[in-house]
Amino acid sequence: MARNSYRTGPDEKGKFGIYGGQYVSETLMPALHAVGKAYQEAMKDPAYLAKLDELNRTYIGRPSPLYYAERLTEHLGGAKIYLKREELNHTGAHKINHAIGQVLLALRMGKTRIIAETGAGQHGVATATVAARFGLKCTIFMGTVDMERQKPNVFRMRLLGAEVKPVTSGSATLKDAMNDALRDWVTNVHDTFYIIGTAAGPHPYPMMVRDFQCVIGREVREQILEAEGRLPDSLVACIGGGSNALGLIHPFLDDTDIAAYCVEASGHGVDTDKNAASIAGGSPGILHGNRTYLLQDDDGQIQEAHSISAGLDYPGIGPEHVWLHETGRVTYVSATDDEALEAFQLCTLKEGIIPALESSHALAYVTKLAPTLPKDHLMVVNLSGRGDKDIFTVASALGAEV
Amino acid sequence: MSRLQPCFAALKAKNEAAFVTYIQAGDPSLEVSSQILHGMPAAGASIIELGMPFSDPAADGPAIDKAAQRALKAGASMKQTLQMVRDFRKGNDNTPIVLMGYFNPVYRYGIDKFCADASEAGVDGLIIVDLPPEEDAELRIPAAERNIDVIRLATPTSDDARLPTVLNGASGFVYYVAVAGTTGSKSAATSEIAEAVGRIKASTDLPVAVGFGIRTPEQAAAVASVADGAVVGTAIIEIIEKNIEADGTVRPGLAEEVLDFTRNLADGVKSVRVEGKGNTL
Repeated sequence: MARNSYRTGPDEKGKFGIYGGQYVSETLMPALHAVGKAYQEAMKDPAYLAKLDELNRTYIGRPSPLYYAERLTEHLGGAKIYLKREELNHTGAHKINHAIGQVLLALRMGKTRIIAETGAGQHGVATATVAARFGLKCTIFMGTVDMERQKPNVFRMRLLGAEVKPVTSGSATLKDAMNDALRDWVTNVHDTFYIIGTAAGPHPYPMMVRDFQCVIGREVREQILEAEGRLPDSLVACIGGGSNALGLIHPFLDDTDIAAYCVEASGHGVDTDKNAASIAGGSPGILHGNRTYLLQDDDGQIQEAHSISAGLDYPGIGPEHVWLHETGRVTYVSATDDEALEAFQLCTLKEGIIPALESSHALAYVTKLAPTLPKDHLMVVNLSGRGDKDIFTVASALGAEV
Repeated sequence: MSRLQPCFAALKAKNEAAFVTYIQAGDPSLEVSSQILHGMPAAGASIIELGMPFSDPAADGPAIDKAAQRALKAGASMKQTLQMVRDFRKGNDNTPIVLMGYFNPVYRYGIDKFCADASEAGVDGLIIVDLPPEEDAELRIPAAERNIDVIRLATPTSDDARLPTVLNGASGFVYYVAVAGTTGSKSAATSEIAEAVGRIKASTDLPVAVGFGIRTPEQAAAVASVADGAVVGTAIIEIIEKNIEADGTVRPGLAEEVLDFTRNLADGVKSVRVEGKGNTL
């Protein structure tokens, strides 16, 4: 169906079609309304926006470069590939973009304590960083499985003064960390701001996180015009909850001749029970405050996700992505653990850039897609994070000693 | 009309508060859980909340979280929970049963089919903790057509601006969550509870039951003196938990111990308001 715009969501109830919403306990409803109101006011406040802009430039280091990946392009022999270098941001990933925006909101609301969940640790590090920067108490919830595979980030968070609370319930990964963060929030809602780490959760978080991340796509628009004199033909990003992907693609959604590909993590494969591909293998359901697609069984019990990348190891996806999938505007594909590992090595060797395992899923799809396209096809790939944190996981997968 | 209205009316006539117990369906096994459920009315439960196990109970504390995981591991499912209610109704047509849990298993079951099956099984009410008033119409309306009340929750954060939203469309009773937190957390002072219940009752004719943080017969009695009902969940679940060996085997006599504990709590609730000294909220 032709639409006037793909960029008007969510509606006043926080819905993208039937997805999204506010499925939380009654105790949290006034808090969500307060966050929504504070956000709307902030976005109209020139002082808030100026502060955000200043921190984006001087603290995060924005704009991040748009880099022509010459050797990767030559190697794949098709589309001209540009990498949006979000891994060069302060703290090494795109997560800082929404962490800064949200911490400024927390300060505006007079909150003195910050909580967050984290999977790969990138959002936890970003949150601990902004909490340190503004002198706020900070508690990060992290599954014990993730703490084991992301040890360097656990130590970074502790160095930054955050308390890292190990989460042992369920599969001890990202979804369980989010359960515990919600449990903390409902208990400490009077003084605590919950910085959610992706474009999911109850309204207004999916919208708010997306908006803070859209700085990525807005910069790409200017940068590609500068470099090539025209807009790109395609955009590629990895997707767990979907914040870096929305940040890249949302500013281009109404340029309907630009193809957008979001790459889910299919772990051992979408036809196995070890994957994290909610679009490919999930069905509609309600978890963590929003209606979305979930990996679940016939009884509505949430299944454990699997991905080699801790940041994509989540059995759900942001609600706006489900809507973009169902409308057909964005194409959702997937890459396996093995494909991501291969792309990780390829990018490292060809470009001298060690990508995060998350971003390696996007690169894995690029290695399939780019060779099928003409040389004048402009492709922008979001290099959402750097891979230093992943070297132990990669070494173990490759059977190497570190 | 569900069984809830006549239940509260009958208790009011006796100047008694409702004693509401909570257990998780299928915890620690279908057999033991059914035994407890069947024994609850005789142990003094006026209303039974039966938890529908969910893998990710983000509004619950560790005790109920573990109970859900135990039940799921033992094979609990929505079908089994409804069957427990059906079996209970063969011997009891008076005690209201309220299913309590999270929206996803209900949504996945299919809302219309769930309402039909729950009604046929003998369910009187639903408490869906992650379905606030803004989102509950899609369940509340089909449930009402089957005479099932969707119970609204009021909390310490339900201020004067929020309360009308909570009460508009409420039926059955209002569940006042006495503390901002998860189940099994700290207890609120009776004076705070009395103030909140009074505030809610000023805006609704529905009975107000209070839960969260009630662990002893004394606390249950205190709440019963200022509200229409006292809900106890975690303290009961903890009896189950401590009767399970490290290897998962259930100690004999678990159901009896749970029912004895329930009886003590019920005595606490019924100890107040007798001989006209009760609060007539």
